[in-house]
Amino acid sequence: MNSQTAFATPLLAPELPCPSGLTTWNNSDPATRYAVYRNNVVVSLIDALADTYPVVQQLVGEEFFRAMAKVFALVNPPRSTVMACYGQDFADFVTSFPPAASVPYLADMARLEMARVLAYHAADVPHLPNEALRSALTDPDQLMHLQLALHPSVQVLASPFATVSLWAAHQGVACLSSVDPDVPQTALVFRHALEVNTLEVDSAVGKFICALQARQSLMVAARQANEQAAGFDLGAALALLLHWQLITTITTDKEDHEPAH
Amino acid sequence: MSTNRFNPSKSALGGATAKLPQRAGVGLKPQHFQDILDSWPDIGFFEIHAENYMVPGGPFHHYLTRIRERYPLSIHGVGMSIGADGPLNVQHLNALQALLLRYQPQSFSEHLAWSTHGGVFLNDLLPLPYNTTTLQRVCDHIDQVQSHLGRRMLLENPATYVEFVASTWDEGAFLTEVLRRTGCGLLLDVNNAHVSCINHSRDARATILSMPLAQVGEIHLAGFAEQLDGSGDLLLIDSHSTPVAQVVWDLYAFTMKLAGPQPTLLERDNDIPAWPVLLAEASVAECQLQVMREDALPHLTAVTVEAAT
Repeated sequence: MNSQTAFATPLLAPELPCPSGLTTWNNSDPATRYAVYRNNVVVSLIDALADTYPVVQQLVGEEFFRAMAKVFALVNPPRSTVMACYGQDFADFVTSFPPAASVPYLADMARLEMARVLAYHAADVPHLPNEALRSALTDPDQLMHLQLALHPSVQVLASPFATVSLWAAHQGVACLSSVDPDVPQTALVFRHALEVNTLEVDSAVGKFICALQARQSLMVAARQANEQAAGFDLGAALALLLHWQLITTITTDKEDHEPAH
Repeated sequence: MSTNRFNPSKSALGGATAKLPQRAGVGLKPQHFQDILDSWPDIGFFEIHAENYMVPGGPFHHYLTRIRERYPLSIHGVGMSIGADGPLNVQHLNALQALLLRYQPQSFSEHLAWSTHGGVFLNDLLPLPYNTTTLQRVCDHIDQVQSHLGRRMLLENPATYVEFVASTWDEGAFLTEVLRRTGCGLLLDVNNAHVSCINHSRDARATILSMPLAQVGEIHLAGFAEQLDGSGDLLLIDSHSTPVAQVVWDLYAFTMKLAGPQPTLLERDNDIPAWPVLLAEASVAECQLQVMREDALPHLTAVTVEAAT
């Protein structure tokens, strides 16, 4: 084992002793001083998770959250220096963390909060001007063959729980006691201007947007949405995307994907 | 007075465009973005942590772009892991290069420390022994960084809590040799020097004197926290969570007398106060710098002042 492996390994393994080869001017136990590094590493990772998952923390309380985050961090330390996106597998961890089982919607809340972080930092891509959209969407020959690319911040999260309402209740915009957590909800997360928005949408709209993100044509996406829930309203779904300026390019699957004009 | 002696053999690195002004700057924090845009404060420069801005887009880039249009910028890395025994992460270097191209900072700096091991980012600045093996490795890594980025970097002295049996150099001599071999400059963190000197029972002024002061390109000031080591002796933690201590201000004044007025950053990364509080702390450094700058002016100025009165 080289010296940096010997120094690094106990940082994430509290059961291991302080590495050898350390010295102190007063012959004090180096373990006390090495513990500063241990603490810096673990606390900084817990703090990063706390920054990303404030509602998860509110749902279980700070003490439980930090204990859970520590268990996660010791096993799943960052692989990237970009800490803003650290903990993308935290939701999966929460699902399989037995002490959190009494809050069944906790993992989906974590997914929602990570989606918000990713939306916040997503690439800046300009939306299509309204004129270009209007002309493309009003040509009936073209319409169903169009492929719409959406802003990279757009994410859909379908949950068997009332994740959106629970999240909103923790922003002070709704009363937590009035939320029935067992109502399935689909969240649409995106950045508009500089703000991240979290909206509840019909499950069919969620399906439609996911299909568009999978590069399906408008026709295929609408069919899949209708299979999800009969009575899918394509016009309303497009109006939603237009209103929030989430469409970035339009192409057509006819004629070798030439852009629509 | 020019203190920025660039190693002529490395001048092909070029890239070091304009320098940071000899003024006080502040670490840029998202909670202060709007305050800054609303008031455009009179401040010398801003500094960011490179890794915080290695995100594709969004508000961080929106605000930094606007702030960069009006202020000089220092980009300060915490994730390069220059002291690591493994190879540098080229993906990280590329991301850094893209950031430097986008924002054209006046300064880029990194730490004499390591933070990545076995593919894991430990999110802390970890210490290394100072000996001929680590000297070669650090120099190789700095050479790689400077040639990859096409510019000179500054290297920061660390705050440390332990020392190594394997060390055969003291920190000042080690840094001096690294700078001599690589042509990089020194980011002298006066708080780190104080913290390390308390933690290892060294004399802070002698430590400052042992540093390659002619190559200082920037100074950092910050606050520390206190705890005790295993023998009950004082152990200082480089926490960046408190105002700058008076003892560090005194060491700063001592340092400036030797190194001349230098761009000086107030670092605050935890328990971040309201913008006016941070600005007021920076103005303390600005006042000291102003005195130094006036002292450094040629006699002509004194004559002009006399003539005017």
